[in-house]
Amino acid sequence: MDIFFFLVFAAIALISAVNVVLQRHPIASALSLIGVMGSIAVLYLLLGAEFIAMAQIIVYAGAVMVLFIFVIMLLNAGAEVRRGRSWTSQLLGIPALLAFVGLIVLFVQRGFADAGYVKFGNFTGGSAQSVGLALFTSYLLPFEVTSVLILVAILGTIVLARKEMD
Amino acid sequence: MVFVIITLIKLALIAFILLTVLAYLQWVERKVIAHVQVRMGPSRVGPHGLLQPLADVIKLITKEGVMPPHVNSFFYLLAPFLAVFMALISISVIPFGTQLTIGPYTTMMQLTDVNVGILVILAISSMGVYGIALAGWSSNNKYALLGGLRSSAQMISYELPMSLAIASPLLIAGTLSLREIVNSQAGYNFGILPKWLIFAGPFPQIFSFIIFMISAFAETNRIPFDLPEAENELVAGFHVEYSSMTFAAFFMAEYANMVTVCSIATLLFLGGWHPLWPAAYGSNFVAPLILFVAGAVCIYHGLNPARPLDRYTLPAFGIIFFGLAGVMLVPFLVPILMPLFWFLAKCGFLLFVFVWIRATLPRFRYDQLMGFAWKGLFPAALLNLLITGFLVALAS
Repeated sequence: MDIFFFLVFAAIALISAVNVVLQRHPIASALSLIGVMGSIAVLYLLLGAEFIAMAQIIVYAGAVMVLFIFVIMLLNAGAEVRRGRSWTSQLLGIPALLAFVGLIVLFVQRGFADAGYVKFGNFTGGSAQSVGLALFTSYLLPFEVTSVLILVAILGTIVLARKEMD
Repeated sequence: MVFVIITLIKLALIAFILLTVLAYLQWVERKVIAHVQVRMGPSRVGPHGLLQPLADVIKLITKEGVMPPHVNSFFYLLAPFLAVFMALISISVIPFGTQLTIGPYTTMMQLTDVNVGILVILAISSMGVYGIALAGWSSNNKYALLGGLRSSAQMISYELPMSLAIASPLLIAGTLSLREIVNSQAGYNFGILPKWLIFAGPFPQIFSFIIFMISAFAETNRIPFDLPEAENELVAGFHVEYSSMTFAAFFMAEYANMVTVCSIATLLFLGGWHPLWPAAYGSNFVAPLILFVAGAVCIYHGLNPARPLDRYTLPAFGIIFFGLAGVMLVPFLVPILMPLFWFLAKCGFLLFVFVWIRATLPRFRYDQLMGFAWKGLFPAALLNLLITGFLVALAS
C-alpha cells in the first residue's frame, strides 16, 4: 500500500515539476509548483513525518506560493512568448542535464554508500515534539541564525518600501 | 473490512448532514437578518420559508451556466471546484462527540483522528485561498481581479494572528490532536466552573478566543471583513463572472468555512462536547427542556394563530419538538446525544454570532482592514502567546 502511494505521488511530483518548466503561463507554472509541494508533503507523510508534512503544506504550498501567485496577479504577467533557443542550448542542453543528474547519482552513491533503503512508516522522529526538541537543542545555532537572516530580510524590505513612499 | 464499511457509513452520514446544514444555514442567515431588520424574511416556500433552501438549490442547478468568452476557461472552472473542495475536506478531522458503540462495533464520532489534526485544518485553510484568488484572476475582469487580490492579501495577513491565537491553547493542552485537546478540557474547577481553555489554565485564553474569532471573520470573508466581494465598490468581487452551480460553489465554500472555524473555536476554546456545568447539576436536561419549551410555544401560537396557516403548521412543529425532547430523555441515548447536543449548541451559537454581526456591523475600509491586522491584532496575538508561554513554563 505504501509503495503504491509512493509511486503515485512521486510520479505526480515529477510530472508537476516538469510541468513548471513546460507551461507558458506563470500562473500555470506556479500551480504546478503547488502540486510539487503537495506531493512532497504526502511523501513526508508516508515516511511518518506528519509534522513536517503539514508544515510543508502550510508554509510552502500555503503561504509562499500564495505570495508568488499574488505577485503574478498583481503584475498581471501574460503568457510567455517562446523564442527560438540559441544553438548552444539546443546542442548542449540534454547532455548537460544528463551529466548533472549523473553527478548527483554518483555523489549519493559515494557519500551514502552504507545507508540502507527507506522503509515506509518506520521513521519515528516526525512528531511535533521531537522536531521542536531537535530545533532547540542540537540545531539551536542554525535555527537562530536563520531567524536573524529572516529578520534582516524583513528590515531590508521595510527600508526599501519606505524609500518609495516618501 | 468492518473499518472500511463503518468509515463509508460515517462519510455518507457526515456529508449528508453537512450539506443539509450548509443549505439551511443560508435560510437561518436570511431569517435572522430579516428579524434584526424587522422584516419577515423568506416565508412563501413552505411553512416559514423552510423549503426555501431546496428551492434555491433546484434553481441554481437548473439555471444555465454562462461561461463568458473572455475568461481563462481551465482556471475559471478549476477555481470553484478548488474552493468548495478545500472548504468541505476539513470537516473530516473534526470530532463531534465521544465514541459510539453499536453492538460489537465501537467507533469515534469523527471521520478520522489525526494526531496533527489542528495543523491539517490550518494547512487546508491556507490552501483555500487559491480558489478565490484564481477565480478573481481567471475571470479576466478588473473587479474580479481586485477582489481576488484583496482576498489573498487579507487571508495571508489574518492567517498570522489566527495561527498565533491557535498556538496559545495548544501550549496549555500540550497536544496537536483535536480529540486530546477536547479531552484535556474535561472536568470542573470548584465543582462548577468548566475547565474550558477560555476559563482555565495558567492564563485564561479569552484573548486568544477573541483574536481567533476576529481572524476567522476575515478568513471566511464575512462582514465586517468581506472586502473581496464588497458590493458597493467591486460589484460582487471575485465571483462577479460566475453563474449557476459555479456561483453556488463559492457560497457553499463560504458557509462550509464558517462551520469549520466555528467547530475549531468550539473544540479549542469552548471545551468541545463538555457541558457548561456538571451532569450532577442537571446539564443533561438542558436539551429536552429547550425543546419542550419550544414545542409549548409552538402549540400556544398554533392555538392563537396570527396567520391562517399557523393553525396547522405550528402544532406540527410543536409535536416534533416534544418528540425530540422525549428522545433526548431515553437513558441509553443520553451518553451519545448529550455530547453531540453541547457541541452543536456551542457551534450553533458561534454561527449565530456570525449572522448577528453581519446584520449589525458595516464594512471596514481596505486600509483599515490591513492596518488592523498588522498593527492591532498581530502584536496582540504575539503578546498573548508570549504571556501564555511564560506562564505555562512557570506552571510546569
